[in-house]
Amino acid sequence: MITLEKRPEPSRFWSWATPVLAVLLTMVAGGAMFAALGKDPVEAIRTIFWDPLFGEFAFYYRGQLLVKAGPLILIAIGLSMGFRAGIWNIGAEGQYIIGAICGAALGLAFYPFDSFIVFPLMVLAGALGGFLWAMIPGILRVKFNTNEILVSLLLVYVAEFILASMALGALKNPDGAGFPGSRNFRSYPSGFNEEIIAGTGLHWGVVAAFIAVIFAYVLFARHQMGFQIKLAGQAPRAARFGGVNPSRLILFCLGMSGALAGLAGLFEVSGPAGQVSIDFNVGYGFTAIIVAFLGRLHPVGILLAGLLLALTYIGGEAAQSSLGLPAAAIQAFQGMLLFFLLAVDVLTNFRFRFGKREVV
Amino acid sequence: MKRRTILAAGVAALALATGGAFADGHAKTKVGFIYVGPIGDGGWTYEHDKGRLAVEAEFGDKVETVYQENVPEGADAERAITQMALQGADIIFTTSFGYMDPTNAVAAKFPDVKFEHATGYKRETPNVSTYSARFYEGRAIQGHIAGKMTKTNKIGYIASFPIPEVIRGINSAYIHAKKVNPDVEFNIIWAYTWFDPAKEADAATALIEQGADVILQHTDSTAPQAAAQKAEGVITFGQASDMGEYAPLPRVSSIIDDWAPYYIARVGAVMDGTWESTDTWDGIGPGMVAIGEISDAVPADVKAEALAMKDALADGSYHAFTGPLNKQDGTPWLAEGETASDGDLAGMSFYVEGLTAEIPN
Repeated sequence: MITLEKRPEPSRFWSWATPVLAVLLTMVAGGAMFAALGKDPVEAIRTIFWDPLFGEFAFYYRGQLLVKAGPLILIAIGLSMGFRAGIWNIGAEGQYIIGAICGAALGLAFYPFDSFIVFPLMVLAGALGGFLWAMIPGILRVKFNTNEILVSLLLVYVAEFILASMALGALKNPDGAGFPGSRNFRSYPSGFNEEIIAGTGLHWGVVAAFIAVIFAYVLFARHQMGFQIKLAGQAPRAARFGGVNPSRLILFCLGMSGALAGLAGLFEVSGPAGQVSIDFNVGYGFTAIIVAFLGRLHPVGILLAGLLLALTYIGGEAAQSSLGLPAAAIQAFQGMLLFFLLAVDVLTNFRFRFGKREVV
Repeated sequence: MKRRTILAAGVAALALATGGAFADGHAKTKVGFIYVGPIGDGGWTYEHDKGRLAVEAEFGDKVETVYQENVPEGADAERAITQMALQGADIIFTTSFGYMDPTNAVAAKFPDVKFEHATGYKRETPNVSTYSARFYEGRAIQGHIAGKMTKTNKIGYIASFPIPEVIRGINSAYIHAKKVNPDVEFNIIWAYTWFDPAKEADAATALIEQGADVILQHTDSTAPQAAAQKAEGVITFGQASDMGEYAPLPRVSSIIDDWAPYYIARVGAVMDGTWESTDTWDGIGPGMVAIGEISDAVPADVKAEALAMKDALADGSYHAFTGPLNKQDGTPWLAEGETASDGDLAGMSFYVEGLTAEIPN
């Protein structure tokens, strides 16, 4: 007889060991799936997890890993602040889009003016755009007690329509022969988010992500606001008696996550994506929710989780083209990873007991 | 600039390390394909993949083909294309409009690899070609059948993105529907996607509920066909692929993209060293656009007219855009008997007179 027993408090060991266990279980189950598809499971797993880091073309993939992980980490750090306090911003994708539009619009308004000041101004505009878009659910929540989950999520669709309208109208490239999409920032060096060290993938967005990790770490470990966030999440009543102003906390958390998502959008649109196009957003805002939880809402955890998820994307793509694995199998593989993460999470809060239940 | 040199240096080092004949030493010609949807979409990507298989069948062990599905148009596309070039592809076909800038960006870093971009217009380096099909010729035939067959005089059109290729298709279908049925109206829904079965089905259902009894689509999946099948008395046309599993109703005919001859010719050119940057735009005549079997649901006289138009388009005696034609705002475009130039068609960003909708902006 095996029973589950709730631990008196979450196990510190298992809260760090479960992600590793989940990755191992995913390799086993995913390997079985690849074998069932007639591919060599060891080679498939190696292509996904090993080759991008240490394989023949690692010089290219390592950089791409940063390009892919950068926005995920930046957004997830912002989200983790709210999630810790029980404030659920689900609409980071929308804030990402609006940040990209605001920053790009400012940059394109300066075209072809050549100055080092253009890019920093774009960065500010991007952060401000995301911040303001997140303030909509924030203020509605504070003033009218609306549900920020619904409001922020639905604003994603509004943002997507604004994006389409911008790509087809106001921001359309005047030299683009009528095709939708803005001017490409590659052709405008003052506004281009160039790699800081060529060939490394290290652009300003990646730097911003690292800074955000450190900032969040200090905030949670040392700062009064970090303490208030944790308190509000774990003991809302105690927080209220302890003098935490809930409205201020809500606006801080939503505004912060919005600004970071907006930054991520700006760095993406001015760098890897290069232009405002109708389908510019590819779901980073939603994937970042997974990254935040995968990283246990801890800044260092999020850093690692972002890199891990980026690895499965990049390795997954490589496996598609080099091994002929179907795209659906890669998605199933990524799904398995999340499934096992949630499944083994039970070990953090519960322990197995073998034998008969003790009678008290 | 700097990134380019480093990457190029890496590639050069790699080429040196392996040494050999084909720039990087492999004997087989490696052919890569970047797809915007899954190969099982039953439409656009499915036909490109048929082209890939035809290349394999034609050249046997002399080629190796690789492909990647569901590649988003944007930053991820650049990585996918780079990945293929790094893995030693000799020629890469990027099969969606949105891959235009990424294709050219990667091509600049890999001067020894040939790139073929479908439906675009940018060829920034001598190793990039573009190719597309004159789908609008098929749309003309579609419009004719649709205009004759509709009873409600309402034709629903599921459009993807407002780019010239799609606008051209709408105009061509409308002109020919209007010609045989002056009361016809077009109701256009923009899906803003190439492949999203749920969205496409919703669009089809909405159009049918608004009274349309003909559904034309410029998206890649068979979902609109399935949605139309559920409704009574609605007809559709297969898009990009025959979609013959929905015949004889609702699918009464189709526009089929046949990429196989082009892919075989281009891969062959890489093999014998005669590949050059070109801009190909072929229609029904050379066989890049085919018209799928017109089913028995279409009256015999309409079918005969449609086939006659197909022959006329094929031998060049009829052009799908022949004047007199005005733009939507009433300004004259083509005079009596004048035909549209390829330049006008390539950048088409206006509706013709009679269409009531507006192009989104």
